[in-house]
Amino acid sequence: MKIAVASGKGGTGKTTIAVNLAKTAEGLGHKIQYLDCDVEEPNGHIFLKPYIENAKAVTVEVPEVDSKQCTGCGKCGEICQYSAIIHLKDSSVLTFEQLCHSCGGCFLICPAGAIRPKQLSIGEIESGRSDNISFVQGKLRIGNVRTVSLIKEVKKHIEDGCLAIIDVPPGTSCPVVEAVKGADFVLLVTEPTPFGLNDLKLAVGLVRKMNLPFAVVINRYGIGDKEVEQYCQAQKIDICLKLPDDRRIAESYSTGQITVDVLSEYKEEFSELYEYTKSIKAGIDDKRRLQVRRKDNP
Amino acid sequence: MVVISGKGGTGKTSIVASFAALAQNAVLADCDVDAADLHLVLQPSIRQTSDFSGGKKASIMTEKCVGCGKCEDVCNFGAVIFKGPANDVCEKTYAIDPISCEGCGVCVHFCTNDAIEFKDAVNGQWFISDTRFGPMVHARLGIAEENSGKLVSLIRKEAKRIAEERKKDLIIVDGSPGIGCPVIASITGADLVLIITEPTLSGKHDLDRIVDLAAGFGIPTLVAINKFDLNADIAGEIEVDVRERNVKAVGKIRYDNVFTKAQIMKCSVVEYTGGAVTEDIKALWRNVTYAF
Repeated sequence: MKIAVASGKGGTGKTTIAVNLAKTAEGLGHKIQYLDCDVEEPNGHIFLKPYIENAKAVTVEVPEVDSKQCTGCGKCGEICQYSAIIHLKDSSVLTFEQLCHSCGGCFLICPAGAIRPKQLSIGEIESGRSDNISFVQGKLRIGNVRTVSLIKEVKKHIEDGCLAIIDVPPGTSCPVVEAVKGADFVLLVTEPTPFGLNDLKLAVGLVRKMNLPFAVVINRYGIGDKEVEQYCQAQKIDICLKLPDDRRIAESYSTGQITVDVLSEYKEEFSELYEYTKSIKAGIDDKRRLQVRRKDNP
Repeated sequence: MVVISGKGGTGKTSIVASFAALAQNAVLADCDVDAADLHLVLQPSIRQTSDFSGGKKASIMTEKCVGCGKCEDVCNFGAVIFKGPANDVCEKTYAIDPISCEGCGVCVHFCTNDAIEFKDAVNGQWFISDTRFGPMVHARLGIAEENSGKLVSLIRKEAKRIAEERKKDLIIVDGSPGIGCPVIASITGADLVLIITEPTLSGKHDLDRIVDLAAGFGIPTLVAINKFDLNADIAGEIEVDVRERNVKAVGKIRYDNVFTKAQIMKCSVVEYTGGAVTEDIKALWRNVTYAF
């Protein structure tokens, strides 16, 4: 089962929820994988303090033009939609690798075979363990913009047969789409404030557009107003956890501690959240069984 | 001046809204286009709405598809799916998943039967508005859309045009979290970057990366620590760290629920209260203007 922990607004507590859920489920003896897909600013490692066993560079293919073979026909510049390869008036060709999306169009179209793929390093993936939690994180190279490509690579590490918890970047655009894609369930973390509500609505729009089942977690419950709850009620969205506004949670967060490790009274909350995700999984399994049965008896 | 943070939720927008109130002659630009919130405080009256198209999107005309699968072969984004409806030629046709399509047009070019349309996509809308503190340019990126970097560049260009037209000497840009494409688009060519951080290990870790990014662009950078009293030790470490990197820590703002209360009242912190937090923000503003 794959659970993505997302939010429209940044800083609402995605990582807090993700690491506490991971730790709680691990404590109950389950096989857990934690994948940090917030590759621009990955923070899960600060809390899980994993022992890194493996680090590998992630590269993407960008064009490199062999000027000797280039005939100056200009087809590469015509097909490129990102201005990553430009054909100049003097028939020379310039490439801007940071603008390239690796669509491969220029390789395919070049009639002279003058464009070769070159590997551009966009970041790295580190994997290891934190107690019994299997840990994977992507780290985007600074100055690079291939967030989506790196997230795709991180997600290739998802293992079957365990609960994979995916820490998603903030926002509602392409990196978020990539990170939540294929998840069985999405937890949307928000806070009960006007900014939290506005961005929650955007995040709900996104998961609905992608047809993903989801529920809401309200963090810092009590800090603001009741509008998030009213919205969820009106939209028939489950609120599966309300984590109170407790300065001690913020303080333990500040030093990289996991809430359930230091504030035992919150163990109950996260166990319930875990039970909730298990019931979701049971629901999904039932649905699958039903589909199989239907196929057996058309 | 661009206000960014690396880590989300450190208080960028609340601080920008307060700066808007304190600045005399500024144009405001909300470049956090995929989760824009500044409008919730500044309550802009929209004067002009325009569609934003950052690129194109492919779509297969079912009636012309011959089911050869060339499009699927050439697509590097897994956006072509063999799930389209039947037509006169084949039982199943190809279709394009608009969410996965990155608008490269490679399938369009290689389609054996000219069956793929390639039209300008509408990725969002952008607005020119008036607020109680002056003009504001902002946007709404469509849900699950791409090209946020291009939209950010467009907003910045418009904000600059308005600043020149109305003889305003400062543009205050509310940026997005992270270090990726929209952030790079928002700081490129800026005169000053102000990073809002918080005294947590996550805040410190993310600050380090965003300082590197700004340094890579050679932009003068300032740092302010919000909620500094949440962990005074880490706040102190941050001040030392940034000094070593020739970045100036220009302000500290205390941890206070008035940030939320002001938000609920749809006003900036400095409008909401004359208390200690407002003094912190005013001191920060003085230091920022001094840096200019």
